Amino acid sequence: MSRARLPSGGQIDRARRLEFRFDGRAYTGHPGDTLASALLASGVRLMGRSFKYHRPRGVLTAGSEEPNALVTLRSGARAEPNTRATVAELFDGLEATSQNRWPALGFDAMAVNDWLAPFLTAGFYYKTFMWPASFWERVYEPIIRRAAGLGALSGRDDPDDYDKGFLHADLLVIGAGPAGLSAALTAARAGVRVILADEDFRMGGRLSAEAFALGDQSGADWAAGAVAELADMENVRLMPRTTVIGAFDHGVYGAVERVADHLPIPPEGKPRQTLWRISTSRAILAAGATERPIAFADNDRPGIMLAGAMRAYANRWAVAPGKRVALFVNNDDGLRTARDLAAQGVRVTAVIDPRADAPDPGIDGARHLPGAVVTGSAGRLGLDTIIVRSAQGKEFRIDADALAVSGGWNPNVHLTCHQRGRPVWDDALAAFVPGPDLPAGMTVAGAAAGTFSTHGALHAGHAAAAEALAALGHKAPAPDLPQAEDAPVTLHPFWHVAGKGRAWLDFQNDVTVKDVKLAHQENFRSVEHMKRYTTLGMATDQGKTANVPALAIMAELTGKSIAETGTTIFRPPYTPVALGTFAGRARGRAFKPTRLTPTHQWAEAQGAVFTEAGLWLRAQYFPRPGETHWRESVDREALAVRASVGLCDVSTLGKIDIQGADAAEFVNRVYANGFAKLPVGRVRYGLMLREDGFVMDDGTTARLAEDHFVMTTTTANAVPVFRHLEFARQCLWPGLDVQLISTTDAWAQIAVAGPQSRTLLQRVVDADHDLSNEGFPFMACGAVTVCGGQRARLFRISFSGELAYEVAVPARYGQALMERLMAQGADLGVTPYGVEALNVLRIEKGHATANELNGQTTARDLGLGRMVSDKKDSIGAVLSRREGMMREDGLHLVGLRAVNADSRLAAGSHLLERGAGAVAANDLGWVTSACWSPHLEAPIALAFLKGGARRQGETLRAVNLLSGQDTEVAVVSPHFIDPEGERLRG
Amino acid sequence: MIIHHPLLGPRDAQEFTYLGDATLIDRPDAMAEGALEAFDAYLHLRDNPAGTHRELWYHEVGDRSWLVVTRDTRTHEITQVELARDVALSKGRGR
Repeated sequence: MSRARLPSGGQIDRARRLEFRFDGRAYTGHPGDTLASALLASGVRLMGRSFKYHRPRGVLTAGSEEPNALVTLRSGARAEPNTRATVAELFDGLEATSQNRWPALGFDAMAVNDWLAPFLTAGFYYKTFMWPASFWERVYEPIIRRAAGLGALSGRDDPDDYDKGFLHADLLVIGAGPAGLSAALTAARAGVRVILADEDFRMGGRLSAEAFALGDQSGADWAAGAVAELADMENVRLMPRTTVIGAFDHGVYGAVERVADHLPIPPEGKPRQTLWRISTSRAILAAGATERPIAFADNDRPGIMLAGAMRAYANRWAVAPGKRVALFVNNDDGLRTARDLAAQGVRVTAVIDPRADAPDPGIDGARHLPGAVVTGSAGRLGLDTIIVRSAQGKEFRIDADALAVSGGWNPNVHLTCHQRGRPVWDDALAAFVPGPDLPAGMTVAGAAAGTFSTHGALHAGHAAAAEALAALGHKAPAPDLPQAEDAPVTLHPFWHVAGKGRAWLDFQNDVTVKDVKLAHQENFRSVEHMKRYTTLGMATDQGKTANVPALAIMAELTGKSIAETGTTIFRPPYTPVALGTFAGRARGRAFKPTRLTPTHQWAEAQGAVFTEAGLWLRAQYFPRPGETHWRESVDREALAVRASVGLCDVSTLGKIDIQGADAAEFVNRVYANGFAKLPVGRVRYGLMLREDGFVMDDGTTARLAEDHFVMTTTTANAVPVFRHLEFARQCLWPGLDVQLISTTDAWAQIAVAGPQSRTLLQRVVDADHDLSNEGFPFMACGAVTVCGGQRARLFRISFSGELAYEVAVPARYGQALMERLMAQGADLGVTPYGVEALNVLRIEKGHATANELNGQTTARDLGLGRMVSDKKDSIGAVLSRREGMMREDGLHLVGLRAVNADSRLAAGSHLLERGAGAVAANDLGWVTSACWSPHLEAPIALAFLKGGARRQGETLRAVNLLSGQDTEVAVVSPHFIDPEGERLRG
Repeated sequence: MIIHHPLLGPRDAQEFTYLGDATLIDRPDAMAEGALEAFDAYLHLRDNPAGTHRELWYHEVGDRSWLVVTRDTRTHEITQVELARDVALSKGRGR
C-alpha cells in the first residue's frame, strides 16, 4: 500500500498501523507520521487547490510555515478548516477533506480562474468592481468570496473545551532544536526553573530531520537523550505540541498547547487546547529557520517542495519524494538533500545550481548542472517534467516527478518583532537576522540568530543560557556538547528565474512575481504598500516562505539594496490560532458569571420568570395560574402593592459600608446634596455627580452611627461607584479618617411596600421595636432584630411611593426571611413582585433609574438642580454650574400620559410638536421609560423634554419610527401618584 | 503587562483598571477664586507624552489600592509604582 515509503529508517513506529481517510478514501500510516507524510507515503501529492486560481497544490514544506496543503480536519461539529497537513499529527480514524474545489480535488470547475489569470492580477478587484458603488457589498463581494477562499466553518457549536492558564519560569526556551536543547540543558543543570516549548510533537527540531551524527549518535538519538534528561528534572517543564505565539510586555509570552489535537476526541475532562500565559524573567528564542523557495514559471506544481522539507520527509518519515528527483538549489545546504536521498536509495536525476562555481555533490547517475536554472515545469495535477536552461543558454527537459528547491534559509525572527523590533539584513547570510531592539529579557540563539551549523547552534544555545543564568544570578555549568557538523553558509543569492509564465512567491494568496512587478509599475513600492497592494504575506502563513524573495525582487526593480528596501515585520500570533482557544471557557453560559439573589431558589419555586440585570438574574414577574400574558401578572403585582403589601428582593443594589471619624465629611463631599448634618437613625436620598458635573448615580444613604454610614447605589453602578469612592478616599483626601467596604453580597434586602407593610413587619420585627409612625417615621433607619433575635437593619424608604420599608438580614437568612414574610402576610394578601412591577411603581412615582441617569443627565435635567449645594465642596459641584448646563431650554424630566388610553407608548420614542415632520430638526426630546399604568389605566412615561419645566399641559406626539407608533401625549408632572407624598409618610 | 504592586509584588495587568493621568490627584480648591477655570483645566487639559507618563491604576480585583504607575508610553517599560495615597500625601493633600 505504502508506495512511497522507504523500506527502513525514519522516526515512525512501523509495528503499528493507523487508518485514516482523505476525501473519503482510506489510507494507512504509522504513529510518528503527520497527515502530510502519511499522504506522501501513500503516493498522494495533490492535497488542495489554491486560493484564487484554484491551481492544484501539494506540500511545499514539512512544518508550520506550510502555505499549500491546507485541509479540513475531522468532520461534523469538530471540523476544523485550514489545518496544515504538515503539522497535523496522524491518529487512528483521522478524517480529512480537501478545500476550495468543486466538484472534486482532481477536477475543479473553478480552475477556470486559472485561464482568466491575465485579468486577475493584483488590484484587479479594486479596479474592476468600482461601479456602481452599492454593488460591492451586495453583488460583487459575495460572488468573489464564494469563488476565492479556503475552508468553511461547520457552523455548529464546538463540542470541545478550551482552557487558559498561567505559568511562571526563570527561563523560557522557545524551540527544541540543537540550540534550544543545549540552552535548556545548561539552564536546567544550573537549577533554575525552565520551560522548553516546541510546536512539534517530537522535540529535536532539525536534528529529527537530518542524517548527520552528533558525536557517536544520530542527531535524533542525541535529541531524545537530551529530552529524557530534561524530563527527569523537577525544575523543567517540557511542552511539546506547544507554539509560543507572541512576545508581550514585561516577559509575558503567549503559548498554545495542543493538548488533544492528536487524538480523535479529547479525553474526558481534558481541553482540546490550552492558551498559556507564560511569565518569565528571561527567554531564549531558538526557533530555527525557514527555507525559502526560488521563483520560476509554474513552480507551484505538486511534487515541487523545499529541499530541507524533502530531506525531512526522507530522513524523519522514510518517504521517498519521487522516483526521479531533481534539485534546484543555490547553496550547499541544499546539496545535502541530494546526498541524503541517494543514501536512502532514491534516484537523483539532476542537480541544477545557478552558481557557476557550484560544487558537485558527486551523486551517481545525477547530472550536475552548474550555472543552470529551472525555467518551468509540466505535468497534470503533479510534476512530471522540468525545463532547464543550461549555463550555455540551452533549454531542455528533464524527467522528474519531484523537485527540491532551496534559495537559502531565513532565520525565524518573528517573535523578535513583537515588541516593534526590526530585523536587519545580513549580506553574508543573505537573510534578515534579529535586530538589536529585542523584547526585554530575550536572547536569540542558533539558526534563528543566523548561526546555521549544528556545532554553532549547540554552542550558541549554551552561551545564551549562560548569559541568562548570569542575569538570574546563577553560574553556568561547563558545556558538555557532542561533536557536530560545522559547515559554513555557502550561498549565492538567487531569487527568481526571469522569463514568461507565472512564478509564484506567495503560494497561499496566489501572488506571483508579475504582481510584484505590477505593484512596482503602479508605484506601490514601499514594502508596506507592496504587501497591501498584492496581498503578499497577508495569508494565514504571514508569508513565511514568500516575504524575503518578494522584497528581493522589489529591491531589484527599484535598484536598491535589500537592506535599503527593508522588511515588513511580524505580529502575533506566530501561527494561526482558533478563536475558540482565545475564548477559552468564557463562552455560552460561562461567558460571564451569573449572580443570584439570596431569594433566587425561592423565586424559582414560585415559578418566577427571570431577567438579566448586569450579571444578576432577578425575578421579572411571578405568573399565577391562568395568567397568559406578562402584563396580567405585572398589573396584578403593582396593584397589590398599592392596595395591600408586596415583597421584592432588592439585594442587587450596591451597598457600601462607610466608617470612620470623618465618614460624615466624606459622604458630604461625594454627594452633591448635604449629608454632614444627617442625624443618626435617618436615611437621605443622595445625588452623586461626576467631576464634570453630570449625574453619576443616586441612592439612599443611612446613618447608623456617628461614624457609620451605609450607602446604596444603583445595581448597574455598584462597581464604578465603589471605585470612585476609593479614588476620592485615597487620591483626593488621604488625610480623612474613613474606611470603605462593599457589603452588596453580605446583606439580603427585601422591600416591603404598600399600605399594609407596617402591619406585616410588626409580625416579623421583634416586639421591642416601635414601628409606629412616630417611633419609626419616614426616612428612619436602625438596627433591629427579627424573628426572635436575628440581627437585621430596617430602613423606612420607598421607591414605589407607598408606605414602605426595606429590611436587611445577613445574606444567608434572606430566603428564610422572605418565606417568613410570605407566611405572616398570607391573610393580608401579601404579593411577591418582580422588577417589572417595581419599574411600573417607580415610573408612576417619577423616580429616576439607569434609563434616566444615562451619563448625559444633569441634576437640573432631573429637576434636582436645587439639591446641588453651593455652600460646600462636593465632587462635580463646580462644573455643574457651567453655563451650558444651566440653559433654560435644556432638557427636563417630565411625565407623559397618552391622550388615548388604547394607544401605545414606547421608550426611545422622540417627542415632536403636533404637525411637525419626524426629522431631527424638530426633535424636542425623548422617552426614557414607559409602561402601562394599572393605577391610572393609561400608558404613561418619563421623558426628557426641551424646556419641559414650562410645558406642562401641552399636548405633543411621541413618535417611534422603528415600530411605526405616533402617539399623542399630554405633558404632566412626573409624579403621577401622590405628588404630596402623603402615602409614604402615613 | 506586569505591575509591581508596592504591597503585593508582581501582579498581572488584568487585575487592574486604568484611569489615566496621575494629575487627577491634583484636584483644585473648589471654594477658591477662579475655581471654574481651574476645574476645567484639571479635568480636560492633559499632556500626552511620548515617553515617561505617570498614571493611575486601580487594583480592582485585588486589594483596591490606587497606584501611580510610571510607564514609558513608547515601550511600556514600568520604572516606578507607588501607592497613590502616598503620592497624594507627599503632594500635601490631606483632609
